[in-house]
Amino acid sequence: MGGLSINNISMRFDLPNGGHVQALQGVSLDIQSGELMSVLGPSGCGKTTLLNIVAGFLAPTEGEIVLNDHQVFGPSPERGMVFQQGALFEWMNVKENVSFGPDMKGVSRAESREKVEHLLEVVGLQDFHEKAIYELSGGMQQRVALARCLANDPDVILMDEPLGALDALTREKMQSLVLDLWKDTGKTIILITHSVEEALLLGERLLVMAPRPGRVHKEYRLPFADLGVGNDLREVKKHKDYNKTREEILEMIWNMEEEIMGRTEESA
Amino acid sequence: MIGLLVIVLYVGAFFGSFFLARMAFKSAFEKKGFNKLKTVTFGDESAITANRVASVISVITVFWLWVAFTNSAIPLPKFPGPFSGDMNFTYTAQLEDGSTDDATVTMRVYREDIQLTLDEEGNPGREPDEAEVEPGDGFAKNDTLTVARYGFKVVNVWQNDDVSKADGSSIIALNGQPVEPGDKIKVPEGTIGLTDKGTPTFEPAVGLRMARLYLPAPEVVFQRFIWLNKEGYQGYTLLEHTRYSLQRVLLGFIIGALVGIPIGYAMGLTSWSRGWFDPIVEFMRPVPPLALIPLIIIWFGIGEVGKVVLLFLAALWIMIIAARSGVSGVAITKVHAAYSLGASKWQILSKVIVPNSLPDIFTGARVAMGVCWGTVVAAELVAANVGLGKMIVTASKFQLTDIIIVGIIVIGVIGFAIEVGMRKLENWLIPWKGKV
Repeated sequence: MGGLSINNISMRFDLPNGGHVQALQGVSLDIQSGELMSVLGPSGCGKTTLLNIVAGFLAPTEGEIVLNDHQVFGPSPERGMVFQQGALFEWMNVKENVSFGPDMKGVSRAESREKVEHLLEVVGLQDFHEKAIYELSGGMQQRVALARCLANDPDVILMDEPLGALDALTREKMQSLVLDLWKDTGKTIILITHSVEEALLLGERLLVMAPRPGRVHKEYRLPFADLGVGNDLREVKKHKDYNKTREEILEMIWNMEEEIMGRTEESA
Repeated sequence: MIGLLVIVLYVGAFFGSFFLARMAFKSAFEKKGFNKLKTVTFGDESAITANRVASVISVITVFWLWVAFTNSAIPLPKFPGPFSGDMNFTYTAQLEDGSTDDATVTMRVYREDIQLTLDEEGNPGREPDEAEVEPGDGFAKNDTLTVARYGFKVVNVWQNDDVSKADGSSIIALNGQPVEPGDKIKVPEGTIGLTDKGTPTFEPAVGLRMARLYLPAPEVVFQRFIWLNKEGYQGYTLLEHTRYSLQRVLLGFIIGALVGIPIGYAMGLTSWSRGWFDPIVEFMRPVPPLALIPLIIIWFGIGEVGKVVLLFLAALWIMIIAARSGVSGVAITKVHAAYSLGASKWQILSKVIVPNSLPDIFTGARVAMGVCWGTVVAAELVAANVGLGKMIVTASKFQLTDIIIVGIIVIGVIGFAIEVGMRKLENWLIPWKGKV
């Protein structure tokens, strides 16, 4: 497997008033197959734009995305997405949502049934096959979203703040689930998050991005994700490096936010 | 005057029945279920449910007001009605030489709707004959006449007198009371008086109830309803009138939806379609369908085609806009999710956009059905051979108020049934609406 290469991506949005926003500038990354990379950064640093480019929803103004030795030009089932919320299909029940990907390929329900049942069991929803989406809690809905994405067996899973709308306790449980799924399936995962803790706990690699223009600021390689697989994440937080790294990243993002504020005030 | 009284009574009934019902039906005023545990409900709309006791009393009140202000046979408290029966008044005629003579006028007051009533054998009622009276003595003779309730009669007392007005006879008193031309005297049975030229007049008392022409009694309307179903009006029974109107609405609505929904989708999905249809839709949308009736009649005549075309136009713009907003209401994350799960454009349309737009389309369909129903009645008012609107407008030309009221009630009930049916269908087809 060739993995995922992000080669010198730049993204420039033209504004209606004639100006422009440099959302991304010269972002280059190589992500190995099976890596879990979390992306952090203050708002406006272009992390969602980067994810949309990798997903194929946006074409970069410069650079290219290469997955398994071929260039990415649009969305494809090899790159699955998990959104924050509201991306499930309310007119289908849990089972139908999960089998959406196979259905689109023309796989018969009978053939995909076993896989769907297995995935629903993996995410802990074995008793909810026939439930309607609006009958599920926010955490359960995200479990369905994960199962739906996995049902398509993508090479890369792109997660755009998948746990952002959940309450703290549900979020912790879901973080463990994401780690376990990552280890079990060996998928490449790019996870965008606002939460420094989540980025630390889940990211084998952690990317801190800086705004204006959006670029890679710093990259970490962290041991916590591997420690967290099958373990209590609270134990992982007791690791000697955990708090130190957390403080360092918080400080970094804090400074970036300060800088943005300062610049906005100057220009105002 | 009566209108004001009705409003006062209605407002009084609203407040009065509240206090009475609260004493009589305690349980209907208790908070139920979870609301029982809420300490504040004022301002919490979710805690407000319709008090069914109020609904029942409300309907009864309207019905009672209807009975109380009409000449109904239903035994409920009623307001004083018009005078009916025989009455007398006397007049005093004076000649130029100063000699006077008294005579009596007997007025027989009969039901104004006597010809519309039927006896047991089904024969219509006839106006009654005048009461028989002796002519009496003197130069002024006793008179006898008939007058309808709510009517007015000028009594030419001289027609049987020995001396006519031209011969110098004039009326100087009524019921012994001296009067001048133009005067009026109230008596229990009505008002007697003299015209400006000095001829006696009689106007029977009308009371507070309305004549059949203005508001027929409930049982009259009910009988008319039965009659309309059996005999029909203008060659069609009530059911046929209703069926024609409904058929036009359904046909117009269905064609409007079949054409409008694809156009709406196209406008939501391609720039060319949006650019193409936008000016037409934006121009035609604010034009009320009723304003198109004259043109439709010129183009298509007053037959079925014109009606269906009008209703098609009434439904079309609403359905286009509903479908378009249904497409724009699809969360982009759903579309993105479907693409990254391998859906093709056709699958995006059929599996994501169409189901996701159903709530908007249903809202549009409800509005369109309501507009079509209102438009068909109005179109039939203008020109038609059959239909509920046609039935009403023809009845109004013959002052058959009861048929008009039957028509209005049927129109209201069907409009209500359409709304309820659409809502039921919506709950069944789109259970997720409002829950996400």
